[in-house]
Amino acid sequence: MSLENTDSKAMVLLMGLRRCGKSSICKVVFHNMQPLDTLYLESTSNPTMEHFSTLIDLAVMELPGQLNYFEPNYDSAELFKSVGALVYVIDSQDEYMNAVTNLAMIIEYAYKVNPSINIEVLIHKVDGLSEDFKVDAQRDIMQRTGEELLELGLDGVQVSFYLTSIFDHSIYEAFSRIVQKLIPELSFLENMLDNLIQHSKIEKAFLFDINSKIYVSTDSNPVDIQTYEVCAEFVDVTIDLFDLYKATQNLISDGNEQPKKRELKNVSQLANGVVIYLRQMIRGLALVALIRPNDTDTENCLTVVDYNIDVFKKGLEKIWANSTTDAAKVAAIDNGDNA
Amino acid sequence: MDDGGNRKKLLLMGRSGSGKSSMRSIIFSNYSAFDTRRLGVTMDVEHSHLRFLGNMTLNLWDCGGQDVFMENYFSKQKDHIFQMVQVLIHVFDVESQEVMKDIEIFTRALRQLRKYSPDAKIFVLLHKMDLVQLDKREELFRLMMKKLKETSADYGFPDLVGFATSIWDESLYRAWSQIVCSLIPNMSVHQSNLKKLKQVMDAYEIILFEKTTCLVICSSNDPGSATTTTTTTSAPTSTTIDKLDPKRFEKISSIMKNYKESCTKLKSGFKNLVLNDNIYVSELSSNMVCFIVLNNSNESHQLVSENIKKASQFFE
Repeated sequence: MSLENTDSKAMVLLMGLRRCGKSSICKVVFHNMQPLDTLYLESTSNPTMEHFSTLIDLAVMELPGQLNYFEPNYDSAELFKSVGALVYVIDSQDEYMNAVTNLAMIIEYAYKVNPSINIEVLIHKVDGLSEDFKVDAQRDIMQRTGEELLELGLDGVQVSFYLTSIFDHSIYEAFSRIVQKLIPELSFLENMLDNLIQHSKIEKAFLFDINSKIYVSTDSNPVDIQTYEVCAEFVDVTIDLFDLYKATQNLISDGNEQPKKRELKNVSQLANGVVIYLRQMIRGLALVALIRPNDTDTENCLTVVDYNIDVFKKGLEKIWANSTTDAAKVAAIDNGDNA
Repeated sequence: MDDGGNRKKLLLMGRSGSGKSSMRSIIFSNYSAFDTRRLGVTMDVEHSHLRFLGNMTLNLWDCGGQDVFMENYFSKQKDHIFQMVQVLIHVFDVESQEVMKDIEIFTRALRQLRKYSPDAKIFVLLHKMDLVQLDKREELFRLMMKKLKETSADYGFPDLVGFATSIWDESLYRAWSQIVCSLIPNMSVHQSNLKKLKQVMDAYEIILFEKTTCLVICSSNDPGSATTTTTTTSAPTSTTIDKLDPKRFEKISSIMKNYKESCTKLKSGFKNLVLNDNIYVSELSSNMVCFIVLNNSNESHQLVSENIKKASQFFE
């Protein structure tokens, strides 16, 4: 039963050797901690869980690095069965031979228990490396992992690699990709976004989780990291400004005697005509779009965008309604089994 | 007295390592607090000319604080350094081991100022406040200010203004916006215009920012001008405003500045922003940005922007 429960919830398992930066990643991505403050984090001794719900319910479980998962008293089989993605963190500034061996062992075990698991490797702390070194390290780690897996007879396993650092946006980018693999509705979302941008002069649109600034989906145009950064920072700006005057907004709605919950909407125009547009969607998601009205009138362009985004939002609501009924069905079957 | 009327000379003094150049870089050169670690020692005096509000030029003299240079300022270069000073900003490192020596240098500066520019305004910043425990900050500030007030009164500068600052929070913006505001001549005009604008637009609050530095010039809910003599204890003004964060001006400053910074990634400057049809941020003139919070969020978009356009001619 517990298995079924976690099944409806995508779970990400964060693993790695000790001091490779797992807790820091968690704190920075999910708790908005300043990267510098993570220097003072204690060593983690117990598995910790983070829950956050975007379009899907996601749980990130962090395992202490110094633990041996192959001790018989540890129920690792159960654990690996229930997760959707295994994220292994390798410290690129340290000697990584041990980490690669450890990774291969974990993959062997996890794959045996749960062949549908996504295996993701973060080559972490690359902020300290020069550009050439980064590429070298990535190639080296990829090659060594490949060899290790070949030796174990697992050359068919798909492993994705990401270069990350908590001091820039690469960690968010990597997590976004990882989370996206766990969303079954992703292709619909992408199609919807593609439709949206085609008809409203939008250059790029992201569907953000407001709390973590992970993007759940984007259109099929290639992601430019700078655009992503600007959009993620725009989410921050919106929330910070909104929070400052939240008290007044409550006051106003009280005056009108209809304390309706307003959805966030923020539109900003830049000197070169580009418009950054944010609208809150369902369940802590926000759509952030970069619009280039070019020669047309900005007001008119925005009206069209507003309308199209309304349509898009309705679509999202429909998808969500269906996925909840699916989950409810699963729960119902589950209960039936028990009864 | 001040040549040309619009050139202002600001002396930024303090002992070595107290964080003078870091401040300057953050406020005027868009550094982040983290970037300031890369700054090295300032050799002698580093001049920077900053245009502020279009017609005002701030000549910021960042005086390197090592003892060798300091001796020089008070002996050989004294008439050069201390002549025609509008503002002295003296920075104290709260972590300093030699407090008496810090104060002594301050008094030497005051002595020269009394001789060469007796009309100068004096500001002291107790800097690196983030290194002091939260519950001790207030008392430390009070003690230090008492001592410094006595010292400066002895030298004929009785109305000394002090701030507790840190580069890691908004206190730096607060201090600098008050310092710079004390130099703006037609402050009362801006203030009354802003009050009128607030009435016309039925706004809850309007704040005026300088465009490049994002320093607060004035706000519609401020009864006096921004050059108040009160220091850290921010006086809440009217009852409706009480609920708001008293540090909101500084926070908006730093939010807007970060946003402008991120706009540069798209190779463009900021023009306007509308949040929830209720907060409008817009350029008011070539060197001012206004931040308007409306009472009523159902106001038509065009009406508001038309109002802003009309208002802009009064703030040129």
